[in-house]
Amino acid sequence: MPTEISRRAFIAASLSAAGGLMIASGPAAAGAAAPEPWSETPAVLPELNAWILIEPDESIVIRVAQSEMGEGILTSLPMIVAEELHCDWAKVRPEFASAHRNFTEDNPYRRMGTGGSGAVRRSREFLQQAGASARVRLIEAAARRWSVPASECRANEGMVVHGASGRRLTFGALAAAAANIKLDQEPSIKSPDQFQLIGRPMARFDTPVKVDGRARFGIDTDLPGMVYAAAMTCPVFGGTLKHFDETAILGRRGVIAVVPVPGGVAVVADRYWRAKEALARLPVVWAPGEAAASDSAAFRQAYVQALDGAAATAHETGDVVGALAGAAQRVEAIYEVPHLAHAPMEPLNCTAHWQNDRIDVWIGTQNPDAALQLAAKTGEVKPENVYIHTCYLGGGFGRRSVNDELAQAVLVSKAVGRPVKLIWSREEDIQHDRYRPQAALRFRAGLSADGGLAALDITTAVGSITRSLGYGKAENGLENQAIEGLANLPYAVENLKVGCLLKNTHVPVMFWRSVGSSQNAFALESFIDEVAYASRTDPYALRYSLLAGREDFRRVLTRLAEKGDWGKPRPTGHGRGLAIHESFGTIVGEIVEVAVSPRGQVKVERVVVVVDCGHVVNPRTVEMQIESAVIYGLTAALYGEITIREGRVEQSNFNDYEMVRMAEAPLIETHFALSGGKKWGGIGEPGTPPLAPALANAIFAATGKRIRSLPIKNAKLGA
Amino acid sequence: MTQAVVLTVNGRRFEVDCEPETPLLWVLRDELHLTGTKYGCGIAACGACTVHVEGKAMRACVLSLADVVSKEIVTIEGLGASQLSPVQKAWIEHDVPQCGYCQSGQIMAAAALLAQNPQPTDADIDAAMTNICRCGTYTRIRAAIHRAAELIRL
Repeated sequence: MPTEISRRAFIAASLSAAGGLMIASGPAAAGAAAPEPWSETPAVLPELNAWILIEPDESIVIRVAQSEMGEGILTSLPMIVAEELHCDWAKVRPEFASAHRNFTEDNPYRRMGTGGSGAVRRSREFLQQAGASARVRLIEAAARRWSVPASECRANEGMVVHGASGRRLTFGALAAAAANIKLDQEPSIKSPDQFQLIGRPMARFDTPVKVDGRARFGIDTDLPGMVYAAAMTCPVFGGTLKHFDETAILGRRGVIAVVPVPGGVAVVADRYWRAKEALARLPVVWAPGEAAASDSAAFRQAYVQALDGAAATAHETGDVVGALAGAAQRVEAIYEVPHLAHAPMEPLNCTAHWQNDRIDVWIGTQNPDAALQLAAKTGEVKPENVYIHTCYLGGGFGRRSVNDELAQAVLVSKAVGRPVKLIWSREEDIQHDRYRPQAALRFRAGLSADGGLAALDITTAVGSITRSLGYGKAENGLENQAIEGLANLPYAVENLKVGCLLKNTHVPVMFWRSVGSSQNAFALESFIDEVAYASRTDPYALRYSLLAGREDFRRVLTRLAEKGDWGKPRPTGHGRGLAIHESFGTIVGEIVEVAVSPRGQVKVERVVVVVDCGHVVNPRTVEMQIESAVIYGLTAALYGEITIREGRVEQSNFNDYEMVRMAEAPLIETHFALSGGKKWGGIGEPGTPPLAPALANAIFAATGKRIRSLPIKNAKLGA
Repeated sequence: MTQAVVLTVNGRRFEVDCEPETPLLWVLRDELHLTGTKYGCGIAACGACTVHVEGKAMRACVLSLADVVSKEIVTIEGLGASQLSPVQKAWIEHDVPQCGYCQSGQIMAAAALLAQNPQPTDADIDAAMTNICRCGTYTRIRAAIHRAAELIRL
């Protein structure tokens, strides 16, 4: 049985494997033994539960089941545990939970996936419970040692104190005894009004290792005997590899093997650069299949035409047909959005070590549970013998929910019998993403004589994520990803219908930061703006009146208007636009201030954001997520566009898949209008949907030109 | 055949045996195991691989080994090797990193800017800081550069 590679052994091994003849003494890297949160199983010490381990030196190890891709869960989730544990925060050390353990021990970490802006809202209660349970057992252990009633003891800052005698014991001294205590009844958890730590701005644990190069991302994995692989798959999705001629490259320096992978091929070499260069020179013949004749222009036409087909009903109230027929005024518009790539800064990569009856995988994944199953299936090893070593993710945004790169790495490691680090080039990453679906949306409104919105008829034609991922057929023609933000729109409209047409092409589609809301908010909030102008109503006032009965929305909207200077005059060529949208349980309103030059150059100057996510765990990381979501949305709105020609993606890298950079980054102000109570909303995604419509509405205010198709770079805004 | 060349990185000399056209990025990462310098695009478009060559911010993915022989190279590991640089301190104060992947390059670009221009204006920052951050940390990077300029003056 091969031995487990522990975190410490792993770091030691990677140091001793340091290559290059070192002339000077000392390690090349400064402070290589970084306090990294690698998952480490099994625990050596008695645990209080699967989440909490207290070491004799009083370190509090708190396991984190979600992945750290920038959203700050490595700090916010331990805050929830520590809120109840009453430990010394300075002694907390977060550690990624083990997917292996989650599989073999009946899901102690529940669902480990990171997505749907769900890390806090889906785990808060059981994390509080884990902390509370541990605290009560630590108190009980002290009480037994002192032979006093537990009710006379309390826990504070990592100590249990007996009030009457002043005796005290540290958590570290009590941990072993507490681990053996079983409670008859689990303690109740704190309500938000009792929180002391939750809600306080706390510094992130991962910042120090991210400013000096120590943080280990998947791509930084370094194992003894490791070789490197570069892979490519058929440029036309679904196509296959017909033929390759390995003799052309096998003589190149360092090249070890050429290994077929599903739909493509990988070259293995002693260094990544040698693998990448050899792959570029490998003669291949693809069998692209029928999709090679398709292109984005045809898709665009097909999605718009699909709107006239028989849509599945996602929502229906009143009589839309009748109300539209009887309307005093009608407004109609079609909105279109393209495919989008995720383009995380760290290109997809995976290091796998297949050893007959065991697989070890080092990867930045949003879904360790699925990664474990995929490795087992691909490598034909029992899932209980698969170990996923979760690394930091260099961005995820949804892309790392499905790990295509993992299957390749496992196959290649199995073929060569060595640990393999497989890295996708940026080109492979852009051209073999699973994209935000392309869509067309049609809106029809009927206005009453007094300008009120009497009827709203919405139809969306969009790629099905469920079908693309093979998760199901969405047999009733509906899926939440397609209709979220539309079927549950907040506006009081007496006659409302939302229809859905799921229509896939050969282009794979998946979750992209904010998923369906990314296109649905753009269309809905742009259209509400159009209705406002058509009915000569202020866009803020129209929304306010349509939000009757939604006090939460109205609070956000009112605060937004106040903070965002709504109604204050803007110079010629400048505009202010507004949008509000709820996704993942959180309402976000945004006001965008834009300047459009006479030649049509768009400059976003300021974005004011108001958020109602119910409660805030760490205000620092929440603000960071809003800033992040705004920039992510801004890049997509201005530039984001993946186009298909002859079945393949035309864009390939950051030179033709453009990104917002420093010079285009606006001021971003984040404010809160929190509902509190039982509401716990997500935060990673909800800041993205309102950006595109608020920007498009601001451009309309500045120029009188309506953006109905994204990205904005394609719009003719100049004189 | 290739022959070993000597490279000076972070004040230390290393002998490496690589093809002269090998990009400095991969020499740093795979030969010297200095993984703080990141691969992002391979075409000098994103800046994740930014290092200092003779004190100037350069993109290591498009510099060949032959280009940098006998030149002074500093990576993120060397920037704050003895103690954190003002830029790194300011980055911590302003909670700049999110996923963190681009931050080595951002910090190296900012440090080179400040070395050349100790009190950059917003326009100077716009012109010098062209690295991509997908997490959108730009506003914090800007604030942190101004703060680092203050720390340098102190």
